[in-house]
Amino acid sequence: MGATTHGNNATAARLAPQVVMSDKTSQASDKDALVRFEISDLNFYYGAKQAVFGLNLKIPKNRVTALIGPSGCGKSTFLRTLNRMNETIRNTRVVGQILLDGQDILQMDVVGLRRRVGMVFQRPNPFPKSIYENVAYGLRINGFQGRLDDLVEHSLRRAALWEEAKDYLHNSAFALSGGQQQRLCIARALAVDPEVLLLDEPCSALDPVTTAKIEELMFHLKDSCTMAIVTHNMQQAARASDFTAFMLDGKLIEHSETSKLFTTPTDPRTEAYITGRFG
Amino acid sequence: MSTSATTMDRAAPRRFDGGGPRAFLHRLGHGDEVAHVLTLTFAAGILLLTSGLVYELWVNSHLSRAKFGWLFFWTRTWDPIFDNFGAAPFIYGTLVTSIVSLVIAVPLGLAAAIFLSELAPRRMSDTISFLIDLLAAVPSVIYGLLGIFIVVPLMRTTVGPILIGSLGHVPVLGKFFKGPNYGVGFLTAGVVLAIMVVPFIISVSREVLLTVPREQREAALALGATRWEATWKVVVPWARTGILGSVFLALARALGETMAVTMVIGNDPKIAASLFAPGYTIAAVIANEFTEATGDLYLSALIELGLVLFLMTFILNGLARLLIVATERGGGHPS
Repeated sequence: MGATTHGNNATAARLAPQVVMSDKTSQASDKDALVRFEISDLNFYYGAKQAVFGLNLKIPKNRVTALIGPSGCGKSTFLRTLNRMNETIRNTRVVGQILLDGQDILQMDVVGLRRRVGMVFQRPNPFPKSIYENVAYGLRINGFQGRLDDLVEHSLRRAALWEEAKDYLHNSAFALSGGQQQRLCIARALAVDPEVLLLDEPCSALDPVTTAKIEELMFHLKDSCTMAIVTHNMQQAARASDFTAFMLDGKLIEHSETSKLFTTPTDPRTEAYITGRFG
Repeated sequence: MSTSATTMDRAAPRRFDGGGPRAFLHRLGHGDEVAHVLTLTFAAGILLLTSGLVYELWVNSHLSRAKFGWLFFWTRTWDPIFDNFGAAPFIYGTLVTSIVSLVIAVPLGLAAAIFLSELAPRRMSDTISFLIDLLAAVPSVIYGLLGIFIVVPLMRTTVGPILIGSLGHVPVLGKFFKGPNYGVGFLTAGVVLAIMVVPFIISVSREVLLTVPREQREAALALGATRWEATWKVVVPWARTGILGSVFLALARALGETMAVTMVIGNDPKIAASLFAPGYTIAAVIANEFTEATGDLYLSALIELGLVLFLMTFILNGLARLLIVATERGGGHPS
């Protein structure tokens, strides 16, 4: 059922690429952006150890929200609660509420949730298959009936990999460079047309040029996708995100528009972190 | 790559020392050279052992090879009284019992390995794996006894009649499930072999499945795969080379197994389509008849059987390598 509709959406998005908002308009409309994720009073536990404390956050639709903070502050853990990926780790527990478009994700079917909330991981993790099969994987398991070729091409184009990969579609994905592999992983996630894309330090294993490519890609994806990115790189957060959340020791310290957070942080700890005094 | 690095390292000081035995002895004083010579010796020893084995088998089977030539492979009689020997029934028996054992053991072993690595709680998985490793170390004669006292009666009274009654009527498959059922035979030997090799498949496959990076599993789950889809379509394919390796380890053991097989196969050098018919395998006939092989030709024929078994193992291992290379080509991962 969903797969076909999503296919149509994708086609629509492709047919109307000119409707891209300019940067200015997107800044202006930030205040009244719709909320995609609404997280209230979220606590997360690894066994007896608590990793996230009473976190409240709204993630606006069609914007990039960056999560920054020192190592071990719980930002990755928090990101992984948004598609319930932490459930693959034994002995973990979530307390609190996470609403996706007003629906409680903890009550949802987890497979359906993950279809709507895609994820890109820290290290590129393509499957040991061809480039084509990597992108088609999500469509196949979701029982997509239709022209796979078109959607594979479309997804690779969205991930800005088509030009480089079109002649090698049936070669092993491992023949690609690290940066290409990461864009392939993005294409793979985009193929099922998720509403949200979670990026867990997607550029930490990549060189600056490739990082820039991925940031540019994120900018273009904003029209069709909501993104949350965990990053260690504050320049990246400043460049690529609309909103930034600063976390420390499992708590959300400050959350505001990126331009504001990096220029006039309200909390002294935020200021200390972004000016490089710790972390 | 690492070898080229070592030769480079080793080449550099040699140039400064100059060649000659004295320089070599000097270098021998260092641990590196000693280790190099020692490991090289042992590696060469393996090569020597293998070629020595083939040489002995080749030379001592001379009489038989001279008399029967290539016909030895096709001849279906094994007649010590008239000195007429052929390997066909033994080759057939060896292949059939090995195939039957793999047909039973591979799905069973793979399923158990998947359960232990993917689903079972870690402590339970470790305990069961420990027991499985113990099973792999049980002497084969024990499995033979198990076969005689449990599998053979079960085959004769229960499993055999059920299979003959059901599968016996299926058009093509039926051929294999017809005829008198004595309890001993190809199928019984295959079942006992399956019990013996399944620990290898479980143990090795579990280890391999556990090494699959968690990112692979998570990538599939993040796309909306169910746990089973992630396991079957991502984790297992990632581990396929290692799983295939476990299967070939099992096959090698099944091909060469002697004691347990000879106790339950019926020891009758015949080729029969029915899996219930008694048969014989190469390893079993060598063990049983070697001490009573009176004539020179008889002994020589048995040794040639040993050569044939060696050849079969060699060919199957070669095919295994090819299969692994072929599966790697379809999108292998760097490992």
